[in-house]
Amino acid sequence: MRNWKKVIGVAAAAAMTVSMLPMSVFADDAATFKIGGIGPVTGPAAAYGSAVMNAAQIAVDEINEAGGVNGAMLEFNPQDDEHDAEKSVNAYNTLKDWGATMILGSVTSAPCIAVEAEAANDNMFLLTPSGSAVDCITAGDNAFRVCFSDPSQGTASAQYIGENGLATKVAAIYDSSDVYSSGIYATFKAEAENQPFEIVAEEAFTADSKTDFTVQLQKAKDAGAELVYLPFYYNEASLVFTQAAAMDFSPLWFGVDGMDGILSVEGFDTSLAEGVMLLTPFAADAQDDLTVNFVAKYQELYNEVPNQFAADAYDGIYIIKAALEQCGATPDMDASTLCDAMKTAMTEITVDGLTGAGMTWTADGEPSKAPKAVVIENGAYKAM
Amino acid sequence: MKKNSKIFRQNLITYGMVIAAFIVVQILQSTGHLSSLFTGLLVPICVYVILAVSLNLVVGISGELSLGHAGFMCVGAFAGAFFTKCTQDTITMVPLRFALAVLIGAIAAAIFGILIGIPVLRLKGDYLAIVTLAFGEIIKNILNVFYIGRDSNGFHMSMKDQFSLGMEADGKMLLGGPQGITGIPKNSSFLAGIILILITLFIVLNLINSRDGRAIMAIRDNRIAATSIGINITKYKLMAFTISAALAGMAGTLYSHNLATLQASKFNFNTSILALVFVVLGGIGNIRGSIIAAVVLTALPEMLRGLSNLRMLIYAIVLIAMMLFNWAPAAIDWRSRLKERLKHSRANGKEAA
Repeated sequence: MRNWKKVIGVAAAAAMTVSMLPMSVFADDAATFKIGGIGPVTGPAAAYGSAVMNAAQIAVDEINEAGGVNGAMLEFNPQDDEHDAEKSVNAYNTLKDWGATMILGSVTSAPCIAVEAEAANDNMFLLTPSGSAVDCITAGDNAFRVCFSDPSQGTASAQYIGENGLATKVAAIYDSSDVYSSGIYATFKAEAENQPFEIVAEEAFTADSKTDFTVQLQKAKDAGAELVYLPFYYNEASLVFTQAAAMDFSPLWFGVDGMDGILSVEGFDTSLAEGVMLLTPFAADAQDDLTVNFVAKYQELYNEVPNQFAADAYDGIYIIKAALEQCGATPDMDASTLCDAMKTAMTEITVDGLTGAGMTWTADGEPSKAPKAVVIENGAYKAM
Repeated sequence: MKKNSKIFRQNLITYGMVIAAFIVVQILQSTGHLSSLFTGLLVPICVYVILAVSLNLVVGISGELSLGHAGFMCVGAFAGAFFTKCTQDTITMVPLRFALAVLIGAIAAAIFGILIGIPVLRLKGDYLAIVTLAFGEIIKNILNVFYIGRDSNGFHMSMKDQFSLGMEADGKMLLGGPQGITGIPKNSSFLAGIILILITLFIVLNLINSRDGRAIMAIRDNRIAATSIGINITKYKLMAFTISAALAGMAGTLYSHNLATLQASKFNFNTSILALVFVVLGGIGNIRGSIIAAVVLTALPEMLRGLSNLRMLIYAIVLIAMMLFNWAPAAIDWRSRLKERLKHSRANGKEAA
């Protein structure tokens, strides 16, 4: 009994020793800009993290093929965080050991808040492609984001419904256990008070009960809702549409950017999504050159249609490129010096990307771009 | 007397191991030989060590399979973080505030331990496991519906959403339902973690070797015999359960002060199972084993980052291999044979000399 303990003890000690060695073994032949990516590549949110990592890699390869930035190549290192704040900080530390001087991430909101606290402490430049909670970028002036924040989406949705007179009686269904969903709904509700419509039913569900929506739909139906607001992701939305069709309930549906992807759900009858409206910064079947080129490349490499997370990440890398060029950065700058230069550069650049034209940033890190509303017609997005 | 000194020596080894680890890490850190990843892992490792040791008290010493341990950790994490958020401006002495937060986390978790323990400990075995599992989920879900904010008029609480709080413009959200608590100051440190581990070990090891601890183990080994000699079953089981909950609460507070954000969803069934894995791998009832298992299994997935996509698969395989090596009867036989042979060769060597 004693012996195996020794074996384990030695093994543990060995593992610890190995792990404690600084990872300086990475040979750098030519200096590169090292960008670290953090996002869930495994676990329940893997679809989002993988999309971000894939798209970021495409952008990095494109930039390197075209000669890099300021004469230096970009290097991208994706790290998994399993959609967990603790693991996300571990991923961040791993990237620091690797020598990253910029972070693209974290992909999901809660882990991003934890990573940003660490990054602000180190004065490391952080650009989150899709961390939409307000607090994702508030810990320091080092953080910026590509996507809209949750409050701005909720407010924009309410204004859009009100100003276009889409309905007078609105019901809302949201995921109360999800930061993204409840965050959007909170501001939607606040803005709704200033708008000429009334919220007649507000029904919540949680991550543990996201397969059956008949109760929520029945309540919305009984309350006479003309429009149902669905601020959550497309997987659940596809169930909502299917179950609503089964109970002959066909109001107007209004979604947010998480709804993007509804047309690619396997086994989902896309005709049920006809007439669904959503606010999204990105539509995979837009006809501009940038989108067509990106979608074709993504499909070729990963055999699926990119979602808005992918678009955010692709833009993210190009935003980093624009900022690096603006401040004339060189790869030999350390993370903190680079961050100070990037902070200023971010407020000076204007980027045309997949998720918006003429994107600009304020010093607090929020992007300024116009939300696009699209409607699903004949199985495809159409701008409204 | 001889037995006592043996126990004392064993305990001393356990304490010594923790202190030695602390010293080694301090030396490495001050000489710059510690990677950022490992520096970042130090506090989580302390958290999981405390969690594993506290769960071992219930599973190993008291002999009850609890699957809701993350629930107590959750209570401690939220109570401690909530306290820190409230007193951030009034108590500026960080070590004092953090110590109070840990104490509050432990007390809150202990209260939940008693409340849950009273109905749950009437059950045995599988039934108890299922009920603790349910309670763990209940704690998580209750915390998900609380919204607490504070403005110039004092505290506001709601179980609906943050708008029903009706706060003034200067109001600040303290606890935001599923969003949990954000902006918790980073007060946890490796030193604090090591001190808490030592406190945990002191409590658990002393309990095991006390009169109360022997009563608890007697209940585990033979409930009927224990009853027949007048041991108060409920009292002792509740004692082990509550102490274990309090220690898990302490781990929770340490956890929540290490990250800027805290969500109840983290403390799900998986976290409870993870703690159980530490205990089972390290040896049920073996405190030192729990410590080693918690360290190895917390560090392992991070060490495997180099394997990128295969990481979680390899982690699972390594876990299976370690379980087999430690606990499969054939492996135990093989190890004892090896030990015999080593002993023999050593003895032979001595004779030859």
